[in-house]
Amino acid sequence: MATQVLMPALSPTMEEGTLARWLVKEGDTVKSGQVIAEIETDKATMEFEAVDEGIIGRLLVAEGAAGVKVNTPIAVLIEEGEDASSVADAPSSAPATAKSESDERPAAAVAAVPAAPAPVQPAKGWPHADLPEGAQTKTMTVREALREAMAEEMRAAPNVFLMGEEVGEYQGAYKISQGLLDEFGSKRVVDTPITEHGFAGIAVGASWGGLRPIVEFMTFNFAMQAIDHLINSAAKTLYMSGGQMGSPIVFRGPNGAAARVGAQHSQDYAAWYAAIPGLKVAMPWSAADAKGLLKTAIRDNNPVIFLENEIMYGRSFEVPVGDDFTIPFGKASIVREGRDVTLVSFGIGVSHALAAAEELAKEGIEAEVINLRTLRPIDYDTVLASVQKTNRCVTVEEGFPVGSIGDHLASTIMQRAFDWLDAPVVTCTGKDVPMPYAANLEKLALITPAEVVAAVKSVCYR
Amino acid sequence: MARKPEPRPNVSKDELLKYYREMLLIRRFEEKAGQLYGMGLIGGFCHLYIGQEAVVVGLEAAAKEGDKRITSYRDHGHMLACGMEPKGVMAELTGRIGGYSKGKGGSMHMFSREKHFYGGHGIVGAQVPLGAGLAFADRYLGNDNVTFTYFGDGAANQGQVYETYNMAELWSLPVVFVIENNQYAMGTSVKRSTKSTTLYERGVAYGIPGEQVDGMDVLAVKAAGEKAVAHCRAGKGPYILEMMTYRYRGHSMSDPAKYRTREEVEKIRTEKDCIEHVRDLLTQGGLASDEDLKAIDKEIKALVNEAAEFSKESPEPPVAELWTDITV
Ligand SMILES: Cc1ncc(C[n+]2csc(CCOP(=O)(O)OP(=O)(O)O)c2C)c(N)n1
Ligand SMILES: [Mg+2]
Repeated sequence: MATQVLMPALSPTMEEGTLARWLVKEGDTVKSGQVIAEIETDKATMEFEAVDEGIIGRLLVAEGAAGVKVNTPIAVLIEEGEDASSVADAPSSAPATAKSESDERPAAAVAAVPAAPAPVQPAKGWPHADLPEGAQTKTMTVREALREAMAEEMRAAPNVFLMGEEVGEYQGAYKISQGLLDEFGSKRVVDTPITEHGFAGIAVGASWGGLRPIVEFMTFNFAMQAIDHLINSAAKTLYMSGGQMGSPIVFRGPNGAAARVGAQHSQDYAAWYAAIPGLKVAMPWSAADAKGLLKTAIRDNNPVIFLENEIMYGRSFEVPVGDDFTIPFGKASIVREGRDVTLVSFGIGVSHALAAAEELAKEGIEAEVINLRTLRPIDYDTVLASVQKTNRCVTVEEGFPVGSIGDHLASTIMQRAFDWLDAPVVTCTGKDVPMPYAANLEKLALITPAEVVAAVKSVCYR
Repeated sequence: MARKPEPRPNVSKDELLKYYREMLLIRRFEEKAGQLYGMGLIGGFCHLYIGQEAVVVGLEAAAKEGDKRITSYRDHGHMLACGMEPKGVMAELTGRIGGYSKGKGGSMHMFSREKHFYGGHGIVGAQVPLGAGLAFADRYLGNDNVTFTYFGDGAANQGQVYETYNMAELWSLPVVFVIENNQYAMGTSVKRSTKSTTLYERGVAYGIPGEQVDGMDVLAVKAAGEKAVAHCRAGKGPYILEMMTYRYRGHSMSDPAKYRTREEVEKIRTEKDCIEHVRDLLTQGGLASDEDLKAIDKEIKALVNEAAEFSKESPEPPVAELWTDITV
């Protein structure tokens, strides 16, 4: 009986990929375990093995086809003596746009990206607007922006180096450091054993010794092994030494939920680190944020916790060109202007807030969306000015509800802008549960644009 | 170069058939899991155990009722070997209510009190003190149970492993530390992560005896396991077994595995495969015919297909499950 070979999902977040190369042709006999194709995901090129044995009856997707959705039939396996022509045609949905230019993003991928922020009328001008006025920009992914920020700063300052698990020869577990080992060598791109507590401490010591380490945690979940050095060693030394010595160091890596990786691998630490005096905490949303904030972090003389997001790595944004583009800490951006309600968010939450704002606009509610960009320091002024204009506020974040950034903002707004409020501040957060693995429960545990829409309606009494 | 024909202890046909069946079950189960992942039925991280089957099957043969086991995220093999149901494991992989954690844990986080399986841990190295803690409880309660604490060559560099070694020996805890040295931690080979590459020797600094074992040879594993377990049960404290093994697949499903050659993998598969080894012992010793083994293959295939079907049909957990099991 003929069996269809389907486009495989090769990573937790893969939705589609490029069929880079067929290693078999029609009529070839394949064994189970034989590599039959190379498939490119946004992270890597992977070898794809046949599961069953048989004869390749038909290849349904041409070599070079981009944007092939997971589970699309890509080939048909037949048995000895079976006639390939008898095999039912591939479903018409199979996209077979051969040899599409590799730099052209598949349409579906663009659609999956929340609508880019509508052009902002920068009432207050840079840095409050999302991008500097009149800046020349280019499109890049968050991943590329992070890489470029590190590369530029490493070129500029010889004491900047990168350290972490799989950052060098493997080119980064999430390919952020791809190419850096080649350019900077193993003195400056240092592969570590799986020893978070140890290498975080070594990096803090190195920062005292005159270097400027960038420490990559494969994800921030593993920084919990090292959190003592982040807080007790890095954050407190300037104070404990009466200002004699501090720790110019960046701890960076993906934070928050990826997709279906369960309770120990899906946690947003934003509010945890934001609680610690002596740290600075940045949490980019867009590629411009990623580049501008990371460059500032590397130049900063304090320990900076830099919280990225795996789901955002592959998304594209406009980024100002040039080595001198940076974003100062403590300056939020207004990514969408509106008069009816203020949505305050950061990191991937900004995508949810923008999607909600889009929905709300259809019903005549104009939401102003603020991207905090740094959580320590927090740009209270931008938030308060907006709330004084809209008189309502909803906060949006992925982390746990208790002791959230939203809680902190709500209390600040209450204390400093009570008379301007027409409704209580509502905080939208992840649910108060460890992250479940099951697909349906995971969806419910995460914050969604629909929940933000409902919260806004409640504060607008609609 | 094939495996050295070593003098064998007297193993019965039944015993060999049992190992064959158990290792094959893990192999076929993992292949099926890989397929279901490709179909999008399993999500997130999924670390397959293919290649390492002899380690858990051999050690389980040295265990008795009451003994405990704990391991990392590469845990499917351990669960099947200690007698957990393929259906329940597979349904956890698909995130369904019929899974061991009602779909809430996933591939990396499963548990069975009944089978004394304590997880399924996602943080590299964290299971090592936890395993010693299980042994602490057994010593405290005065029984003769032993805890098998499995961890990888990469995990062997975590500091908490050595803090645990020190206390385990200090307090004579009945724990067998099983280092599954499959030569790689993600893309980092042992040589690139340490200069003391003979991992069991690190126990010497703490006074813990240990040895290196051919982890592709289920009989060698079992013999070493029996020795280690006897040491623990006699109240002499912990023992380290460094199992030299190999994973055939990538680290997890999204690993392009550029850090080693296909030839390297192929060589081990053809020369050292643990299942082929037992198959050879059975057929060359005249203990089983090809037909006998085919019948077993068929039986295992049916078992795995049944698990896969169950894992597809079992419903997703009810929404109320989101809010249960957070505290008791
Ligand atoms: C504390 C921590 N750091 C990093 C990771 C990411 N990670 C998961 S598995 C792994 C490699 C572990 O290798 P090894 O201990 O040899 O076990 P194997 O995967 O070979 O079974 C890494 C780095 C993690 N899960 N936990
Ligand atoms: Mg390993």
